[in-house]
Amino acid sequence: MTIINFTPISSFLGGLLIGLAVVIFFLGNGRIAGISGITNNLLFSKTNRLDNLLFILGIILGPILIQFFTGTPIPFVIETSLVMLVSAGLLVGVGTAIGGGCTSGHGVCGISRFSSRSLVATLLFMGAAILTVLFKGMI
Amino acid sequence: MNRFCSLVSGLVFGLGLTLSGMTNPEKVINFLNIFRAWDPSLAFVMIGAILISAPFFYLAKNKNKPLFAETFSWPTLKEIDSKLILGSLMFGIGWGLIGLCPGPAIASISLLSQPSFTFILSMLAGFSLIRAYNLIK
Repeated sequence: MTIINFTPISSFLGGLLIGLAVVIFFLGNGRIAGISGITNNLLFSKTNRLDNLLFILGIILGPILIQFFTGTPIPFVIETSLVMLVSAGLLVGVGTAIGGGCTSGHGVCGISRFSSRSLVATLLFMGAAILTVLFKGMI
Repeated sequence: MNRFCSLVSGLVFGLGLTLSGMTNPEKVINFLNIFRAWDPSLAFVMIGAILISAPFFYLAKNKNKPLFAETFSWPTLKEIDSKLILGSLMFGIGWGLIGLCPGPAIASISLLSQPSFTFILSMLAGFSLIRAYNLIK
């Protein structure tokens, strides 16, 4: 194993901002900032629809603002295989809907509340993702 | 005021995702690639986020209501059931295949990347499948 592209400071600062966003949303509106849930509800539920829309718009504005102020494009390198993109998207959509959360809802908010349910979910999706990358690298 | 709060939370979330590097699928894959060339940076995202949010969730337990809404919507599910396990495993496999989870996927809309739109539409199709399944069940 070798360590590459290590950016602990910007990642930590980004993490602090994500934590701050979670705090603002919970202390302000009393809601958990889980992105899979908010996106899912924006599509299918009338409850809090405008709030969900504004939250999503805020997330989309994030990279635009950073690009504007730094003047450098946001790094974005993604695989382009249609089969992979569709399979991954379906798995993420179905999986987060069944499991009730993703990296934000379970991984950040749940663990911050010391929820054993979210801790189990996080260990499982982290483990599954690590094994997927390992196996995909073998073929 | 609650509308403004939603927009600000989303914006700060989006700034954090971008600054952290979570929005780059390649960086996410390198973070998950612990057995080969490993980029551990994204572990610091979770550490940073939890350091801020954990104390406030703890403090909120003794508060009756949030600033701009009537009640705190505390998650009610406690059980570790087969749905949680199966769903989390599926999500993990999907995340590992491409390196996008829902937050960064949404943030990447601003980058107008065609592969990321394909991913997002498939994710929304996944949400729809489960909604439809729950309706006919």
